[in-house]
Amino acid sequence: MAKLRQIAFYGKGGIGKSTTSQNTLAALVDLGQKILIVGCDPKADSTRLILNTKMQDTVLSLAAEAGSVEDLELEDVLKIGYKGIKCTESGGPEPGVGCAGRGVITAINFLEENGAYDDVDYVSYDVLGDVVCGGFAMPIRENKAQEIYIVMSGEMMALYAANNIAKGILKYAHSGGVRLGGLICNERQTDKELELAEALAARLNSKLIHFVPRDNIVQHAELRRQTVIEYAPDCQQAQEYRELARKIHENSGKGTIPTPITMEELEEMLMEFGIMKTEEQALAELQAKEAAKAATAAQ
Amino acid sequence: MSLDYENDGEFHEKLIEEVLAQYPDKFAKRRKKHLSVASDAGTEEIEGEAHAVTECDVKSNIKSIPGVMTIRGCAYAGSKGVVWGPIKDMVHISHGPVGCGQYSWSQRRNYYIGKTGIDTFVTMQFTSDFQERDIVFGGDKKLERIIDEIEVLFPLANGITIQSECPIGLIGDDIEAVSKKKAKEHDTTIVPVRCEGFRGVSQSLGHHIANDAIRDWVFDKKEREVVTTPYDVNVIGDYNIGGDAWASRILLEEMGLRVVGNWSGDATLAEVENAVHAKLNLIHCYRSMNYICRHMEEKYGIPWMEYNFFGPSQIAASLRKIAKHYGPEIEAKAEAVIAKYQPLVDAVIAKFRPRLEGKSVMLYVGGLRPRHVINAYEDLGMVIAGTGYEFGHNDDYQRTGHYVKKGTLIYDDVTGYELEKFIEKIRPDLVGSGIKEKYPVQKMGIPFRQMHSWDYSGPYHGYDGFAIFARDMDLAINNPVWDLFDAPWIKDEPLAAAAE
Repeated sequence: MAKLRQIAFYGKGGIGKSTTSQNTLAALVDLGQKILIVGCDPKADSTRLILNTKMQDTVLSLAAEAGSVEDLELEDVLKIGYKGIKCTESGGPEPGVGCAGRGVITAINFLEENGAYDDVDYVSYDVLGDVVCGGFAMPIRENKAQEIYIVMSGEMMALYAANNIAKGILKYAHSGGVRLGGLICNERQTDKELELAEALAARLNSKLIHFVPRDNIVQHAELRRQTVIEYAPDCQQAQEYRELARKIHENSGKGTIPTPITMEELEEMLMEFGIMKTEEQALAELQAKEAAKAATAAQ
Repeated sequence: MSLDYENDGEFHEKLIEEVLAQYPDKFAKRRKKHLSVASDAGTEEIEGEAHAVTECDVKSNIKSIPGVMTIRGCAYAGSKGVVWGPIKDMVHISHGPVGCGQYSWSQRRNYYIGKTGIDTFVTMQFTSDFQERDIVFGGDKKLERIIDEIEVLFPLANGITIQSECPIGLIGDDIEAVSKKKAKEHDTTIVPVRCEGFRGVSQSLGHHIANDAIRDWVFDKKEREVVTTPYDVNVIGDYNIGGDAWASRILLEEMGLRVVGNWSGDATLAEVENAVHAKLNLIHCYRSMNYICRHMEEKYGIPWMEYNFFGPSQIAASLRKIAKHYGPEIEAKAEAVIAKYQPLVDAVIAKFRPRLEGKSVMLYVGGLRPRHVINAYEDLGMVIAGTGYEFGHNDDYQRTGHYVKKGTLIYDDVTGYELEKFIEKIRPDLVGSGIKEKYPVQKMGIPFRQMHSWDYSGPYHGYDGFAIFARDMDLAINNPVWDLFDAPWIKDEPLAAAAE
């Protein structure tokens, strides 16, 4: 058996991490890979498209019922989805209480200790939002994911988040050996999106691994709790995900140590691309607007 | 009858230099500000008499440096262990993982009257015993269940406090909401205390937080008819260690005052609630409860006064100071009290002073004792070579100037290394500190008394306490075991002489 490959998807909340990762992994399974998905999000929606239903039995909800994680069996929390993909979700507290980060740590430790990683080629972590605390950095740490894929778009906040995640990766790159696999741009149809994504990737000492175009068919599939690969295997979008899966598969060992940039550098870059305006520009525009208003009022 | 002496300030200065020389520069610079030798600061007139005062300001109440073996505690220790724990008719929940509760079980020898487990609970231990799932999912529901259980199991408990351990603050549990909800449901007092251990630099912030919790969650919460007299006083900051508060109370009552509350040794919740109706607050442990005294002064107009019931000279001075607040009638009674106990004092001093005269003492304690007990030693003819506070603030060191003599070594938040070196070089006849210091000091061949717990003895407050204090110091210092300290093979000469 080839060495276990562990990857993780990070990115700003709502950017489409779970959708992208599940579509990619569904394509990857067609390449003959055995896959385990570890959802690290209290919402437990990282496996919905693979299982065609929302995962009910999360590690932590079952542990809470049983008393502690020591009382759980692996079978209780491992579900089989599309073409044999194994799925598990850490779960966690309802919003506003407890410590979800600790929950991720607990869940991952449980899965490792109980052999969930045996007999698979790929483990994929899908982690919520930003790296807000130590718990959500768990998949980046030593002996976990070797490569991180950052899902982003041309929106400013998505770029900010991508840079922040790169910082988190850098922190653990030297102690643990985690690498940045690349950026995945989920098209939002913003100005110069492709160029911007490529430029950021270059600044981060990485590459844009794939530019996933926007296509409504993804939403159609999602409404049916399916991946595009399953819902419409012959469509163009399915091809895009297959392409992404192939690139990720071939990217093994080619991750880099990221070079995150400062806030100022990032803002400068955005101005270069005209996404963000300088104060003078903004001011000039505002004045022009007011002048126009005054002119209409005078008439 | 304060003793007149001076310490070898030059020697102490040199000692500080020697100790600091062992540290890296940066660290030496920081520690230097916490070590000092008391210097002359002129005289101050007290009651028409001139008293010498010294200047012993050092930097204090600053974060300890990791790795130095500080003796300090945490905010939880300050709230649960000091302020709230002794309130006897309430159940105090150590909220969080079990360790903090386990190691604060049984409290600090805060004596109390009552049937433990029936109407009083001081030496019992209640904990929410947090498990991993309580961290992940939050512990509020568990806390609610515990409160319900306490209400069923201990119907005579008059209230509950929630003493937060570190994780409560980290995971953001809303213990205030639980307290409000459950207090309403069970028609009882429930006090959430945010004394997470990581807050502040020592137990001192825990005292403050606990004081604030009394202000916010106990005062003005119940309507109650209270019969008052002009002589109603609260004793604040007496934790009744080994019965201290009882030995103090009788003196105040004999001089015609009515002690309506004792905080918080042997206290009930009602005493705390009714405190606002008293006419005067007498504060012993200034450090841990000055906050609430200031609040009561501001909001209810109750004046407060510091006093000291260690050793006959301070007791007499304190009784006179308190009596003066009330006028001639009480003053006459105070004099009668002092006169009544004078034969006891004379007998104690006659018996022990010859055995203790000139013996030197080094102290390192918390709260009020680094200064308050000094005159008790001096009344027995003993001298203080060095003293310091675990968690004192500036105002503590300012007050210390009224007690220590010129040349006294002053050390704040002393490190394990510093204290050991100081003791080794000064070689006092007695060291008074805590359990962690006791055995290293005794192994150095120096007598030791625990001055937190009174070494399982007490009381030390009041005239009765002074007799016990004198006896205990004599027991420690003149114990024949210290003559056996040298190894037998060092005395080979006399043995050889005997063989001849």
